[in-house]
Amino acid sequence: MGGVEERLAQIRGGEPPRRHNARTIAALTGNPGCTRRAVLDSAGADKPALAEQLGFPARFGQSRFAITRGNAFEAQVKADGGAELLRLVAERLGVPVPEGATWTDLGADDDRPERSRAALTASGDGPALFDHPLLGLDVAGSRVHLEPDLVAARLAGRFHVVEIKSFPVIDGQADPGKVAAAAIQSAVYVLALRELFAAEGRDPELVSHEVVLVCPRDFANRPVASLLDVRRQLLVLRRQLARMARVEELLAVVPAGFTVDPEADPAVLAAALHQVPARYAPDCLAACELAYFCRHEARGQTGALGRPVREALGGVEDVADVLALAEGVAAPEPEQAEAAALLRAAARLRADALAGHPA
Amino acid sequence: MSTLRALARAQAVATGRAQPVATVRHLHLSDRPLVLVPLALAGEANAPLAAMVGAAPDEARLLVVPQPRNRDQRFAFAAELAGIVLPYLDEFRDLTEAVPVDRGRDVRHRYVDAPQLLVPNPAGITFLRLFGRSTRFRRTDGDYPVHPSVPLLGRWLTFFAERAEQPGSSALLALTDALTLHWATGQSVVEDLHLPAVLGWLDPPAGLTGAEAAARAEDPAHCPPAGPATDPDFDNRRLAPAIEAYTRAEDDPAARATAYDELAGLLRDQLAPTWELMWRGVGLLRTLPAGARVTGRWAGDRDAFTAHAEHVDAGGGPQPRRDGAVAAALRLQRLERASTAWAVQRAYDDPLVMAEHRLSGEAFVGEVTLADPARVDDSGKRPVLRPRIQVVTTEPVPMPVGATLYSPARPGQKAKIVFVTPGGDGKTEVVLELSGGMGRGLTAPPGSVPEVGERMCLTSLSDGFLPGGAFPAPEETPWTHGGPPGTAAAPQDPAPAEDWS
Repeated sequence: MGGVEERLAQIRGGEPPRRHNARTIAALTGNPGCTRRAVLDSAGADKPALAEQLGFPARFGQSRFAITRGNAFEAQVKADGGAELLRLVAERLGVPVPEGATWTDLGADDDRPERSRAALTASGDGPALFDHPLLGLDVAGSRVHLEPDLVAARLAGRFHVVEIKSFPVIDGQADPGKVAAAAIQSAVYVLALRELFAAEGRDPELVSHEVVLVCPRDFANRPVASLLDVRRQLLVLRRQLARMARVEELLAVVPAGFTVDPEADPAVLAAALHQVPARYAPDCLAACELAYFCRHEARGQTGALGRPVREALGGVEDVADVLALAEGVAAPEPEQAEAAALLRAAARLRADALAGHPA
Repeated sequence: MSTLRALARAQAVATGRAQPVATVRHLHLSDRPLVLVPLALAGEANAPLAAMVGAAPDEARLLVVPQPRNRDQRFAFAAELAGIVLPYLDEFRDLTEAVPVDRGRDVRHRYVDAPQLLVPNPAGITFLRLFGRSTRFRRTDGDYPVHPSVPLLGRWLTFFAERAEQPGSSALLALTDALTLHWATGQSVVEDLHLPAVLGWLDPPAGLTGAEAAARAEDPAHCPPAGPATDPDFDNRRLAPAIEAYTRAEDDPAARATAYDELAGLLRDQLAPTWELMWRGVGLLRTLPAGARVTGRWAGDRDAFTAHAEHVDAGGGPQPRRDGAVAAALRLQRLERASTAWAVQRAYDDPLVMAEHRLSGEAFVGEVTLADPARVDDSGKRPVLRPRIQVVTTEPVPMPVGATLYSPARPGQKAKIVFVTPGGDGKTEVVLELSGGMGRGLTAPPGSVPEVGERMCLTSLSDGFLPGGAFPAPEETPWTHGGPPGTAAAPQDPAPAEDWS
């Protein structure tokens, strides 16, 4: 493994690896077919710095209003030793609100990993809430520490991850994009908790796949709890983490000497990145810091217009090829015959209609 | 995404300009649409921050909420917005027309015109829907009374948001949707949600390609977002200090006025570029002639406006938070029918849209080579006029013998396929038997039967009447669907209690 570590360090250009958090791990599950991203994330390369240096800065700024609101809501929900939170969670799970639940804040401690491990896996199944647990997960062969703001609730002998988010649930409905993001992040925590249990020889299934999402209800600040089933997210996450764990296989397609030093000349950096294939899709813009660079690189490709467009064009990759086939000026490859016929028919019909022929 | 539309996107990439995907305008455009550009405060549940509103380019009104978390200011904003929207709605309530119903035995009245709201993007529609939800249940008495216009505005905004769900309605439009319905850009549908980028492709500044103009439009420092979300950098560097300055000046009227002007100026600078773009987009849509069936669909919007105005006048309550079982089933059926009609009518109105159906085998165009307009079928009890024509086409004809086809040129006429004979030269001969649309006699009036030499389109898409389903009355909701409302469930609270901490 020493060789792999060295190789990854070389890819980072000697910089220290960037630390993952639940958000970046969750983001790994988007576009799993992208080799460039898998390599850079496995190496822990500083993608935001790379994007900046390349002249395609990422736009993932967060408004301070959103941060303030998020913190205020979290503090409100966790107030009074979590009494209100415990009631919400218990009611949502359909169990009686227990008396004498304990509240353990595992944050702000020198020996957090050890304390979290001991507290969470200790025997006993009385009602308990654990705030700020420190969890760990292996990502691409290295240990990542997660410091979630979340609460793990033990109720009726089972653990539930409780995620507090400040987006509203209005008449029982929330923004689907935000719910999806919360679900995949929570799945990261469920996975980490389950691995902790397994390592201690306890049943990982003690950690429920049902996550409790606590959000403000309607337009006010009163919290409401909902259940999210994250089994599908767990599956996706495991698959991508397993892929990154086989980092040697990933590195096999990377040319020797591939390095992305965030201080390097932009032209050199761009040339280096071009060596490792990306699979840009418009969804990347919302998830990956390098997306604007990859989009620029993918100009003139049908995939940059979105997967449905590319499929509707018979899977032909290049816009120039599409138009040449449609106009009949290029001879199709044997496997393109069907696509070429479709494109020629489309071009003829389009020209016909635009020329003002009545339908 | 149809191949034809995808090809138009590819052409847009190659030419650097947006490409047409429609030859007529499929949406109604009012002479005085109310353009509304809302901004919301980040992190809050649909808290309005500012808006620019008006029914003409030079009638822009700026509304500002200096402290968006303050509930009184939020409802003051709602009252101020109501002060613009409600008089605008009233402009359309002067003239009515009589519409015959029940086969001419009765008439009902509807307004001859209706209001139209335009917002920049689909997120703008969501903003109005949620703002309608947050205001329509507000009470004008009790603990937190609001101005009487606030719940009224809420009901109207809810009305418009519900209309916007119906395919083919033009009551509330997102301009990005309206533009990309008629033109294909050289970018993805995700990027098409950004109004400045769409207009960059459609109408780039001199010397720039569409791609360059769209890329420039993505930089929030150069081109503010079209809302309702603001640029985080703007929030952190400009907006937050301005709001703090306003809050600090609480006890000093002069300082407060200065701080307010500062804040309003900042927000105006964020909104004004989008305002300009909105009217440019409207201008581009106006260059297209309206499709033949746009008027009919707009009549549906006028009907809905009339019905809701009457409901409000009669003291009707706000729309419920959730539909009951019967109302939900009715709504679903209405939307499904509207969606089908919308797709068919666009194809009938527009050869470029029909071309998509020709490519997918739902339509073909051919030339009439034989016609027997006087053919009478006397095999039944009564002789009936059943002319036959033969159409020769070079396009594939996947429809089976016996299928009924329609022609957009004669929508009232059915054409049943009698024979399909593929020829050796790639042409197909189709013999069709016609019925309907030819009067009641045994002689077809001139023009009602296609003549030899006529080029015609035949399609399996029908713009015919779709019969409505039968649904029980709400009080007869079957037990499988929860039973009649109000029996088991607690009585509906019209104004759900909300904490405002």
